[in-house]
Amino acid sequence: MEIKMYEGKIALVTGATAGMGRAAAMAFAKEGAKVVMAARREERGKDVVDQIAAFGGESIFVKTDVRSPADIDNLFKTIMDQYGRLDFAFNNAGVSTPWNPIVTKYDDDEWDRIMETNFRGVWLCMKHELEIMKKQGGGVIVNTASVLGVMGDWGLSHYSASKHGSLGMAKVAALEYCRYNIRINTICPGPIMTEMLEFALPYMPKMLEVMASKTAVRRVGQPDEIANVALWLCSDDAAYMIGKEIVVDGGYITY
Amino acid sequence: MNTKRFQDKVALVTGGNSGLGRAVALAFAREGAKVVIAARREKEGADVVNDIVNQGGEAHFVKTDLTIRGDIENLFADIKHRHGKLDVAFNNAAVWPDMKPAGDYTVEEFDAVINVNVKAVFHCMKYELPMMIEAGGGAIVNCASISGWGGLEGTSLYTASKHAVIGLTRAAAVEFGRKNIRINAICPGEVETPMLARKLAQGGQARKQELLEKTPLGRFAKPEEIAGSVLFLCSDAASYITAKSMVVAGGRGIRV
Repeated sequence: MEIKMYEGKIALVTGATAGMGRAAAMAFAKEGAKVVMAARREERGKDVVDQIAAFGGESIFVKTDVRSPADIDNLFKTIMDQYGRLDFAFNNAGVSTPWNPIVTKYDDDEWDRIMETNFRGVWLCMKHELEIMKKQGGGVIVNTASVLGVMGDWGLSHYSASKHGSLGMAKVAALEYCRYNIRINTICPGPIMTEMLEFALPYMPKMLEVMASKTAVRRVGQPDEIANVALWLCSDDAAYMIGKEIVVDGGYITY
Repeated sequence: MNTKRFQDKVALVTGGNSGLGRAVALAFAREGAKVVIAARREKEGADVVNDIVNQGGEAHFVKTDLTIRGDIENLFADIKHRHGKLDVAFNNAAVWPDMKPAGDYTVEEFDAVINVNVKAVFHCMKYELPMMIEAGGGAIVNCASISGWGGLEGTSLYTASKHAVIGLTRAAAVEFGRKNIRINAICPGEVETPMLARKLAQGGQARKQELLEKTPLGRFAKPEEIAGSVLFLCSDAASYITAKSMVVAGGRGIRV
């Protein structure tokens, strides 16, 4: 018979309507977890709920903009009302900018949009997750940063700052909360075929080829290849991994 | 000989009124630079200017709250008006938040710290970079921290902010290398400054012991010991160093 890894567990995925978040939500559900999906686009959220239901999985969608503390309050209230606990959280919601302005060209709004989503949004979700997991005696948090959480690249100074910031936050929170049986780690994806890349294509038509050529494996990654790592980090096999970043990039960065 | 490395250069130091910023301002002035000190506290700023003038250097103070966009605009308008150019900048101003677990900070605390430690660096660079392009080149050093690499308990917000500074530095350096502008970060360990005093007041003897044990040299740095590295990164001797985060921490960070 088929043994499901996460039967009876509750898993939250932010940014769950597309890309790596969607792949992770599906993967958690396939492994038997009840999945809470948080994202901004309601239509898309319902689609993923339907797709999960189609193979017999269970999920709910909670419309959430991680820039909004009120939305996040509502998200966690919903989780607790509905399920009363939270075992895994994949804080994955992130935005980039499809064009390529350099540091002097950003306006404040663009800076705030990126930082509030990728950095403050991750921390705000962690704030609730840590409280819930501490009370219930444990849990696992996985954040999505980026190779730009450990390096920099042209045109992405705000994005790079936001991802470095979220990685720093996770390292320290991991130290502070491991005594409560909460593990926190960060995935740093390289180039993955998601909407974030698709949005940039009109501005940089050759981007996929260029990125692929820079990887050791000569291809852009698929969302599943990140989701699988997120699920593994949530498993007991990763029980001794605390506060680490795991770079999943097909050999994109070699320092 | 006795040539001064920064003769006729204009150097900006944010948070230049105390601690590490003060030491860097004094060092730049000794090396012949015209120093601009930007900080909030006027009295301390005037004191540093006096110290510099007394040692035969040139400096002036611009009262600046780096969380206020208008203040930053004013700062750079002042530099342009007074000196007509900017050659080097040490973006150093930062705040040390109360130590507590990551989940206990409020949104207001988060924003207040990030606004100074990250957003102000970004804003200053926005103005520094065009001035340096105009001057044909320049060097920027952003003050990160050993907390830009790792982090200790109770320091999540500070650690996150300093990681962000390193990210900003890396990407901006990639963008502006071709404009002959070098951008690096300095990552000091513990330095004997008012910030360390606040840190130890919060963490107590146990934290002091922990920090010393993590430091192979077995002591905290004098501000001058970090200033030397900042000046090096700004100098021509570092002409091929960019996008780096230089750890100056008495050996900390090498072993657990």
